[in-house]
Amino acid sequence: MTEVLTNSGLQLVLLLLVAPMLSGMIKTLKARLQTRRGPGVLQSYRDIIKLLRKGMVIPETASWIFSATPYLVFGTATLVGLMIPMTTTHAPFSLFGGVLAVVYLLALGRFFLALGGLDTGSSFGGLGSSREMTISAIAEPAMMLAIFTVALGANSTNLSEMAKVAVGQSWRFLAPSQMLAFAALFIVLIAETGRIPVDNPATHLELTMIHEAMVLEYSGPYLALIEWGASIKQLVLMTLLVNTFFPFGLSPDWTVRAVGVGLVFYLAKLLLLACLIVLVETTNAKLRLFRVPELLMVAFILGALALISTFLF
Amino acid sequence: MSTIPVVATFVLGVATYAIGAGASIATWRRPVLARYICCGAALAGAALGGLVAVLGILHGTPVRWSVPSGIPLFAYSFSYDALAGFFNLILAILTIAVSIYSFGYLKEFEGRRNIGFFGFLFHLLLLSLTIVFTADNAFLFLIAWEVMALASYGLVAFYHEQRESRQAGLLYLIMAHADVGCLLLGFALLIQGSGSAEFASFHTAAAHLSSTRQSAAFVLFFLGFGIKAGVIPFHIWLPAAHPVAPSNMSALLSGIVIKTGIYGMTRIFLDSLGGVPSWAGLAVLIVGVVSAVLGVLYALMEHDLKRLLAYHSIENIGIILMGLGAALIFRVAGHPLLAGIALIAAMFHTLNHAIFKCLLFLGAGSVLHSTGTRNMEEMGGLIRPMPVTAFCFLIGAVAISGLPPLNGFVSEWLTYQSLLAGFGAISGLRRILFPLAGSMLALTGALAAACFVKAFAITFLALPRGVQSRNAHEAPRTMLIGMGWLTLACAALGLGVTWFLPVFDAMTEQLLGQRVVANLITGSGFVLSAGTPRGGTVSTAIITVGLLVLALPATLLVSRATRRFGRKHGPVWDCGLPGLSEENEYTATAFSKALRMIFSVLYKPRREIQAVFDISPYFPKEIRFESEIEPTFEKRLYAPLQEFIFRVSSRMRTIQAGSIHAYLAYIFVTLVLLLLFGVRK
Repeated sequence: MTEVLTNSGLQLVLLLLVAPMLSGMIKTLKARLQTRRGPGVLQSYRDIIKLLRKGMVIPETASWIFSATPYLVFGTATLVGLMIPMTTTHAPFSLFGGVLAVVYLLALGRFFLALGGLDTGSSFGGLGSSREMTISAIAEPAMMLAIFTVALGANSTNLSEMAKVAVGQSWRFLAPSQMLAFAALFIVLIAETGRIPVDNPATHLELTMIHEAMVLEYSGPYLALIEWGASIKQLVLMTLLVNTFFPFGLSPDWTVRAVGVGLVFYLAKLLLLACLIVLVETTNAKLRLFRVPELLMVAFILGALALISTFLF
Repeated sequence: MSTIPVVATFVLGVATYAIGAGASIATWRRPVLARYICCGAALAGAALGGLVAVLGILHGTPVRWSVPSGIPLFAYSFSYDALAGFFNLILAILTIAVSIYSFGYLKEFEGRRNIGFFGFLFHLLLLSLTIVFTADNAFLFLIAWEVMALASYGLVAFYHEQRESRQAGLLYLIMAHADVGCLLLGFALLIQGSGSAEFASFHTAAAHLSSTRQSAAFVLFFLGFGIKAGVIPFHIWLPAAHPVAPSNMSALLSGIVIKTGIYGMTRIFLDSLGGVPSWAGLAVLIVGVVSAVLGVLYALMEHDLKRLLAYHSIENIGIILMGLGAALIFRVAGHPLLAGIALIAAMFHTLNHAIFKCLLFLGAGSVLHSTGTRNMEEMGGLIRPMPVTAFCFLIGAVAISGLPPLNGFVSEWLTYQSLLAGFGAISGLRRILFPLAGSMLALTGALAAACFVKAFAITFLALPRGVQSRNAHEAPRTMLIGMGWLTLACAALGLGVTWFLPVFDAMTEQLLGQRVVANLITGSGFVLSAGTPRGGTVSTAIITVGLLVLALPATLLVSRATRRFGRKHGPVWDCGLPGLSEENEYTATAFSKALRMIFSVLYKPRREIQAVFDISPYFPKEIRFESEIEPTFEKRLYAPLQEFIFRVSSRMRTIQAGSIHAYLAYIFVTLVLLLLFGVRK
C-alpha cells in the first residue's frame, strides 16, 4: 500500500514536471527547424504559472458543466499517467486499469471538454466540439487495432505486463507487425494530440482549429488546468508509444538506480519521438478537415495489416 | 431451501399485476383513482417480482412447477432458474422506476386520456413479461409472447389520434407477427423431435436432431428473437415504434421488452438447443457488429431525442450480441471458462443497457413533458430550469457512452476482454474476426460518445432555441425519484461491480457447467480481472477515488487563484464578435455534419437550398434549407418486399371472389386433404 503511494507520488511529480517541458521542447525544436529562435523550453511552465495568477471570466451562458470540465480533463490525464509505465516496467496504478481504461478515461475527459465547448453557446465552441468528437471517433478503431496487436502479443491489456513482455524481447520492434502497429499508433498520436496535419496547435485562425476552438472561452486557472492536462495527455500517449515499442532502459523494480537509468533512457526516447513529430509537423501542411478521415483510414489499414502479419511472422 | 417461498411470492406478484390490470380498467371513469391503482399496483408487483428474483437467485437450483391444463402439449409449467431470476430482476428494477415516475407523469393524462385503459395495457405488459421469462412450456411461452406483443402494440398506438402512432403501431404489429411465425416454426421442429412442448424435454431431444434441422432451428429462432430485439436489418419498426409511445412506456419497451429477444436467444441457444452449429456463434457475432455500428451511425443523424435513443437501443443490442456470439463460439470450441466470461459480459450489458436506456427515456419524457417537443433543435439551456433531470440524463449519457467509472464501461470492458481472449483460444483464420470486432466496438463506443455529447449539449446546454424551452419547468418530484433510482443504479453497478458479479455464478453453472466469477475478481475484491492469469485488470472504484484525489489539489489551486485574482461573469467572448444569440448556436444537425459528410456513402444525404430573392441571388430575402438522409433499409429492402407482397396478394384476390359456394368448396377440399394426410401417417 505505502509502496503504491510512494511510487504514485514519484510518478505524479514526474508527469506534472515533464509534460510542460515536452511541449516546450517540441515548440522550440520546431522553431529551430524553421530557423526561428522559439520561445524556449521553459515557456510552457511560464504560461501555466501566468494563467494561475490571473482572474477568470466565466461566460454568463455557461452552466456548472463548464466549471467541472477543467478538473475532469486534468484529473483523467493525470490518473491515466499513473497507469502507464514511465521509467520502470511497473506502473503504480497498473492493477487498477490497463490500456482500455487509459483509452476510455481519456475519452471521458474529451467527452466533458466537448460539452464545455458547447456549453457557452459560442458557435466556435460547437465547431471545435463537433470536429474533435468526429476525429477521435474515427481514430479510435485504428488505435484499438494497433493496441490489440501489442496486447495479443503480450496476452494482456495490462500495461505493466505488456512492458515486461516487451523488455524480454528488446528487438521485437523490428518485426513487421510491430512496425506497422507503431506507424498506425503514430498517426493516431498526431490526431489525438491535435498536431499538423490534423490540427494546428499554434493557430488562432477560427476556421482551422479544433482543440483551441473548444477551449476558446476558458481563461485564467481553468485554462491552465486544461492546457496542463492536454500536455500531460500528450506525454501519456507518447510514453505509450516509446515504452511499448522500444522498452530500452525499463527495469522491473523501483530502486533509485533503476529509476535513474530508466529516467535517462526515457527522456532520450521522448526526445527522439519529439524530433519525429517535429519533422512531420514541419514538412507537412495542415490537411483539409475532410481529408483527415483518409489519413485515419490509412492508420486503420496499417493496424489491420499489423494484426494480420502477426499470423505470418 | 424450500421452494414454497419462491412459488408463493411469484404467484402473488403475478396476481398483483392481474388485479392491477382489472382494477385499472374498472376505475377508468375516476382518473385520479385509476392513476393511483395503476402505479401503486405496478410498484407492489415490482417489489414482489424483485423479491422473488432475489429468492430465486439465492435458491441456487432451478425451481420448477407445473399445473396440467388438459390440452395436449400444453401445461402451465414454470421454471424459476438463474436466467429467469436475472431477467425478472431487470424487470423489477425498471418497473420500480417507471411506476414511481408514472405517478407524476400520468397526471397530465387526467381528463384527457383513458388512464384506466393505459393501466390495463401496462399491467398486461408486466404480467406477460414475467411469464415470458419464467414459462417452461413452449405454448405458454408463445401465448405470453403474443400477449406481450399485443399490449406493446396498444401502448405504441396509444396516441391513436396521431397518424404517426397508428402507422408505427401497424408496422410493429406486422413485425411482431413475423417473429411469432418464425418462433412457432422453430418450436415445431423441437416439439417434433421431443414429442413434448416442455422446455426441459428439448435439451435431450435437440441432441438427436440432424445437423440440417439443428441449423434450421437456429436460423428460425435467431430470426424470431432477432426481430424482437431489433437487430439490423429487422430493426425498422424499432425507431418508429418506441418514440411514439408515452415516454414512460418507451422506457419499458426499449429497456426490457426488446431484451426478451436476448432472453430467448440465451434460453434456446445455450439451454434448450444444447448445441448450436459451429457457424452460429460467428453469425451472431457478425450481426452484432453490424447492428452496433449501423445503429449508432443512424442515431447520430437524428435530431428527434426519442428516435435517437431508439437507434441507440439497436446499437446496444449489437454489443450484447457480440458477447453472446463470443459465448456461443467458445462453447462450441470447448472453452467453458471463456464462454462464461463472454456470457457474463452479454448479460451484464443487458442489465446495464436496460437501466441507462430506461433512465434516458424517462429523462427525455421529462423534457417532453416540460417543453412539449421531441425536436432537439428547439431545445437548449434546459439545465437551468431542469437541473435534476439534466444531471440524471448526463449520468445516463456517460454510462451509455461506455465511459468509466459507470456501469456501461464495465460491461464493454468485459466484452473487449472476451473478444481478445478469443484470438488466443480459437484456431484458424476466423480468429482475426475477434480483434476486428473489438475495433468496431471501439468505433461504436466513440461514435456513441459523440452522439451523446450532441444529445446532452443541444438539449440541456447553451441558450434556449425555442419558446417552449424558455418556459420549461422541472418535472414533478415523483418523476425525479424514478430517475434518481436508476441514476443510483448506474453508479452502483459501475463502482460496485465486483460485489454484484456473484449473481452470475448460478447462471453460468446452469448453462455452461462452470462457475467463473471467482476468476473475475482479484485485489481483495476491489479489482475486476479479465479471468486469465496475466490478463487485464481494472477497478472502477479506485478510478473514482483516484479522480477525486487528483482533482482535489486542482480545486485548491483554482480556489486560491480565484480568491486572490477574482472571478467574474461576463458575456461570451466568441472571438470578439458581439451580440451572440441563440441563432448563432450550433445545432444537432450542424454537430453531426462532419460525420454526415464522412459517411456519405452510407447516408446518401440530400440537401436542398432555395433562396428567395428580388433582384439578385446575392441578396436573398429568405433561405429555405432542407436536409435528409436516405432510409437505406426501408427503401432498398422493405419497399421491394412490400411491393412483392402486394403483387402476390392482388393475384390471390382471384380465388377470393366473394362467392360463399366457392368458400365452402375450399373448406371441403382442405378437410379432405387434412384427413388424407392424417390417415397416411
